[in-house]
Amino acid sequence: MMGAVYTETVVYSAPPAFEKDVPYQVAIVTLESGERVTGRVEGARVSIDDRVVLTETRDGVPFFRKSE
Amino acid sequence: MRPVAVVGAGKTRFGAFPDRDLLSLSVEAGEKCLQNAHVSPFQVEAFYLGNFAGPSFVGQNHLAPYVSNALQIHDVPATRIEAACASSGSAFFHAVSAVGAGLYDVVMVLGVEKMTSQSTARVTEILASAGDCGGEMKAGSTFPSLFAMIARRHMHDFGTKREHLAAVSVKNHANGALNPDAHLRKVITLEQALAGKMVADPLTVYDCSLISDGAAAVIVAAGDRARDFSDKPVGVLGIAQASDHLALDQKSDITTFSAVKSAARKAYEMAGVHPADIQFGELHDCFTIAEIIALEDLGFVPRGQGGPCSAAGFTARGGAKPMNTSGGLKSKGHPVGATGVAQICDVVQQIRGEAGERQLARHSLGLAQNLGGSGATCVVSILGEL
Repeated sequence: MMGAVYTETVVYSAPPAFEKDVPYQVAIVTLESGERVTGRVEGARVSIDDRVVLTETRDGVPFFRKSE
Repeated sequence: MRPVAVVGAGKTRFGAFPDRDLLSLSVEAGEKCLQNAHVSPFQVEAFYLGNFAGPSFVGQNHLAPYVSNALQIHDVPATRIEAACASSGSAFFHAVSAVGAGLYDVVMVLGVEKMTSQSTARVTEILASAGDCGGEMKAGSTFPSLFAMIARRHMHDFGTKREHLAAVSVKNHANGALNPDAHLRKVITLEQALAGKMVADPLTVYDCSLISDGAAAVIVAAGDRARDFSDKPVGVLGIAQASDHLALDQKSDITTFSAVKSAARKAYEMAGVHPADIQFGELHDCFTIAEIIALEDLGFVPRGQGGPCSAAGFTARGGAKPMNTSGGLKSKGHPVGATGVAQICDVVQQIRGEAGERQLARHSLGLAQNLGGSGATCVVSILGEL
């Protein structure tokens, strides 16, 4: 599934459950259906309007990668 | 609604106080407030407590009667209200509504939070529970990261710059440095603010409010009895609370807060005033971008102009519309559950002409804007001379 980055940030200060991942990127992605979801971005950093692809959903959290 | 007034106010200093607990902070603010209002505990007919996360921060629940009875306020309805960072703004709203409806003539509203006994990581986790725990928070969002995403989009849509965000921080620190009750009394430069340690890109530590301990209280009374208690009663001319989705991804546009706009519209209408009439205010600068958007949503500046207007000195003490002369959440401090009532205390102090070095020349009509979470609750209060 494809989508576009609506907004994003890179988190440097995190709660205990996420400290091992710091720094990590969180984004709100507008999916092709028009629905917006909050997920994590792995790999290359993305910016607003970048196209991303949903790679997997882990524990209900969508993970995205930048689309080539 | 019949006329309602604030007849007394009392606060603790805000800061990190390892030797103070929630109850001692509450009792100090409550007793100062009773004294200031010339009200004795037995005259208080109802007690409203604003507190966000006492059970998580200090392990105590059932907080409203816990605090009211320590203040010798016995027997009356004692109710805790939780609305994230707008907890005590909401408590104030409900107290004013009850007095306005004629249920009571004299009530106390007290806000308190004791935060610094927990580590920053644990505080971040507790604060995150004010967001949507099933969605955005599961993905690793934190409150700074939610406002960082709001800032990113505001920058993208309107050309807001990091320098604009930093200008808000510099201004609020300059004000807080003159406030003897502020947590961080430190003047900072624009260069320092821009070079701060990154918390969630583009927000640095200088864009984020403080983790503080503190309490604040006011006595709300029926307008026709206000002068029985105080020579300087302050009228609650307009007040409204509004709500919205918790999760940012459920909002169609995250560069504006619909709950702020809605509460503001109703409060202005109730007070019979326009944004241009408001002389000064206390805004919810939990993050610098939040003050910039508040200026826009409250109608003080055109959409998208909050950043440039802040950088140009519009909201400075000598500017056209001074905001956060207390130092705001950034410098005065942000004991979450105390913030809403503390803002009311600060506006009351200006209207009464008791703000010392920070006293404004025009101070007869002020506004307080208290935001909960990333905009799911907002309370707007308009106060003026009676």
